[in-house]
Amino acid sequence: MAPPTGPGRFTRFVRRASSEGKLVVQPRMGFGTVEQMRAGLDAVRTVDAATVGTITVDSYTRVNDHASALLALEEGADLNGFPLVAHGAAATRELLAGIAGDDFPVQVRHGSALPGALFEGLVAAGIDATEGGPVSYCLPYSRVPLAQAVDAWAECCEMLAGISEPVHLESFGGCMLGQLCPPSLLISLSILEGLFFREHGLRDISLSYAQQTNQQQDIEAIRALRSLAKEWLGDTDWHAVLYTYMGVYPRSRQGAYGLLEDSARLAARSGTERLIVKTAVEASRIPSITENVDALERAARAAEREAVAEPAGIPDSGIYEEAQAIITHTLTLGSDVGKALVRAFALGHLDIPFCLHQDNANRCRARIDDRGRLTWADPAGVPIPRARDLAGNRRRLTARGLIDMLSYNERRYDNPSRISHPR
Amino acid sequence: MTSVSSDSHMWNLVFLQLLLEENGGKVINLGACAPDELVMSECLRIRPDALVISTVNGHGHIDGLRLIRKIRGHAVLASMKVVIGGKLGVHGSRQAGSRAELVANGFDAVFEADADLDRFLDCLGLGTPPPRRVASTDIRST
Repeated sequence: MAPPTGPGRFTRFVRRASSEGKLVVQPRMGFGTVEQMRAGLDAVRTVDAATVGTITVDSYTRVNDHASALLALEEGADLNGFPLVAHGAAATRELLAGIAGDDFPVQVRHGSALPGALFEGLVAAGIDATEGGPVSYCLPYSRVPLAQAVDAWAECCEMLAGISEPVHLESFGGCMLGQLCPPSLLISLSILEGLFFREHGLRDISLSYAQQTNQQQDIEAIRALRSLAKEWLGDTDWHAVLYTYMGVYPRSRQGAYGLLEDSARLAARSGTERLIVKTAVEASRIPSITENVDALERAARAAEREAVAEPAGIPDSGIYEEAQAIITHTLTLGSDVGKALVRAFALGHLDIPFCLHQDNANRCRARIDDRGRLTWADPAGVPIPRARDLAGNRRRLTARGLIDMLSYNERRYDNPSRISHPR
Repeated sequence: MTSVSSDSHMWNLVFLQLLLEENGGKVINLGACAPDELVMSECLRIRPDALVISTVNGHGHIDGLRLIRKIRGHAVLASMKVVIGGKLGVHGSRQAGSRAELVANGFDAVFEADADLDRFLDCLGLGTPPPRRVASTDIRST
């Protein structure tokens, strides 16, 4: 079958909104039953903003424990997402009937290192957008050996590429462990996964970046991501997607919305096409439909008020050069992107700070500096230009010190008058 | 220390390992998404003083019950100290009865998301002030 040409439904929708100056906003939303999920999608569809729908699968489906998902459904137990495989393609197709369409594309979000069964299920249900990646859904989310995840993702990408309607695939590489991963590394992983997708036949992709701790730095990072995407992936249909902060979230309503609105302004100022939001209750539980709708509207309004792309005076702290160095070096390590990724992690040249997966060296370290910027403490084996100056630059991390860094945004948004930078 | 089979969260595990080590504990961290069989076999191999289960994805109640029933049903592991904590359901801390059910099925203590860390350390015989005897109802009321 000839590979599809031109962007698919998901990307066409994002392009259209972008040309109208609108930020596409998207929830992370998943419910166990078809009824709840349909109500959720319906509510998101009617939000006064350019929205795309999300079906987040539950974590049994993520680890291919479909029997536990089925059992939970039978017993009426609460699931933390939609068990797409357990429900089956027919029920999922029915769920989307009259909801998903050109004006409301729906993406399946999951977290699976071995997404074969899920991808078959979503394709059979007529879904044409999903996300993840061989690294970003293996190292932080599973115990699956990286080489096995790479093989599984290669097969899955090729399966998606063989479908007559273009399927959109988003890299989750810009969000490793949610926080405390240096921006240049996030960007590198997004681009490398994008290259992996392209190598396996996909031409309709997006590249992610997760909001961190300093808006100026994030603007620099997103600008670097866009430049690198043009250089490395210019022959694909790509756009950028920003995640509202994925780390420890503020507890107060005011703090939570403050951080959300800052992410929407960041998206607008950096020309990001799509934003995945968080809600006011993120710190304590899985949000309700109403809470998701509130968050989407808040984010859309904040982006509209900002509406300036490419602000003057973007700082240059070398994020672009670092990411370029990491990508270029990684690609020398294998005859294809997948092999290069596996080898880079085995050598510790790619290394995710604090990630416990057995195939991650876990030697490099990040920290939040006295200006609130997320920086390298010790890059260990990661080949950035300043690596030699920074190597071994680590003090013993304590539980208190880690919590201080993890809760940096929580503190400053919950108590704006008491900003204290972690040491 | 471990998570449960369907939970991929990691920061809780990184933090708890540091906390336990700073308070004199020796920690073997099995990491995220640990299948029940792995937790059981590692406990049989290591024979730890205590098994700490930390989970925040909302399936902790379901997965924790399944795991503790297997542990308590095992001749060798039946008497091991096992505690669980984190965010155990999808509705925050509004799940009355959930903690009681976990304890009734064999957990020595249940620590929900806002539990006091000193009491957690106390329960494991670690930390300062020096371990004191705590009534079981006291431990279980967090």
